Amino acid sequence: MSSPVTTSPVTTSPATTCPVTIRIQQDDFDIAREIAALTRSRTDIGAVVSFSGICRGDEDSAKIAALTLEHYPGMAEEEIRRHADEAVSRWPLNGVTVIHRVGRFMPGQNIVLVLTASQHRQAAFQAAEFLMDYLKTNAPFWKKEESATGTGWVEAHARDDEAAARWTRS
Amino acid sequence: MKVKYFAWVRERVGKAEETIEPPATVRTVEELIAWLSGQSEAYAYAFEKPKVIRAAIDHAHVRPDAAIAGAREIAFFPPMTGG
Repeated sequence: MSSPVTTSPVTTSPATTCPVTIRIQQDDFDIAREIAALTRSRTDIGAVVSFSGICRGDEDSAKIAALTLEHYPGMAEEEIRRHADEAVSRWPLNGVTVIHRVGRFMPGQNIVLVLTASQHRQAAFQAAEFLMDYLKTNAPFWKKEESATGTGWVEAHARDDEAAARWTRS
Repeated sequence: MKVKYFAWVRERVGKAEETIEPPATVRTVEELIAWLSGQSEAYAYAFEKPKVIRAAIDHAHVRPDAAIAGAREIAFFPPMTGG
């Protein structure tokens, strides 16, 4: 029996322009339902970009049996919100949804969802990529892998740091 | 102050959180890591590579030279691997 660990739908001001929803939960998410929630009663949105992160069945040619996601309650929500707020300040967005699951996952199961809505696609694409790059390197979540050879914490990749660094403004 | 540990730092320390009272001479995050490392084998193991350890004060990422004065909650954890 799983239930949301924390639910913190908060709306940035002005309320009707760019609602930001951030949730950390054990339960799965329904992408279509989340997109519908973001665009309902809106005619100013011309583009929604959706990114879903899914539990892979192998890592560097080793089979993965399951993945366990741990997080830092409180800070995880705040860190995602800081980056969502930055995305809203950098691109003309009309809505942002970030859902990150925690718990134990099998290959093929959803882990993370990022939705960005805008009038035009460029802002939505860029903001979604920015959010994912920062989520990987700065949001306090950790993955533990179970495989045939045992259980171990996933190591951070330099390529993720490099991906996040390209968004740094000089 | 309250200290929290996550992922393998938590496993090595052997607890998820605790309340500590370091001496006044411990002023920064890196000094706190050094002080904790001297407390027991478990801490020494958790912090054996201090450069790898990330820290947060009151839910915000900080650098090793950040002052700990006034902190309510300090967290130590490995580089993040979410998303």
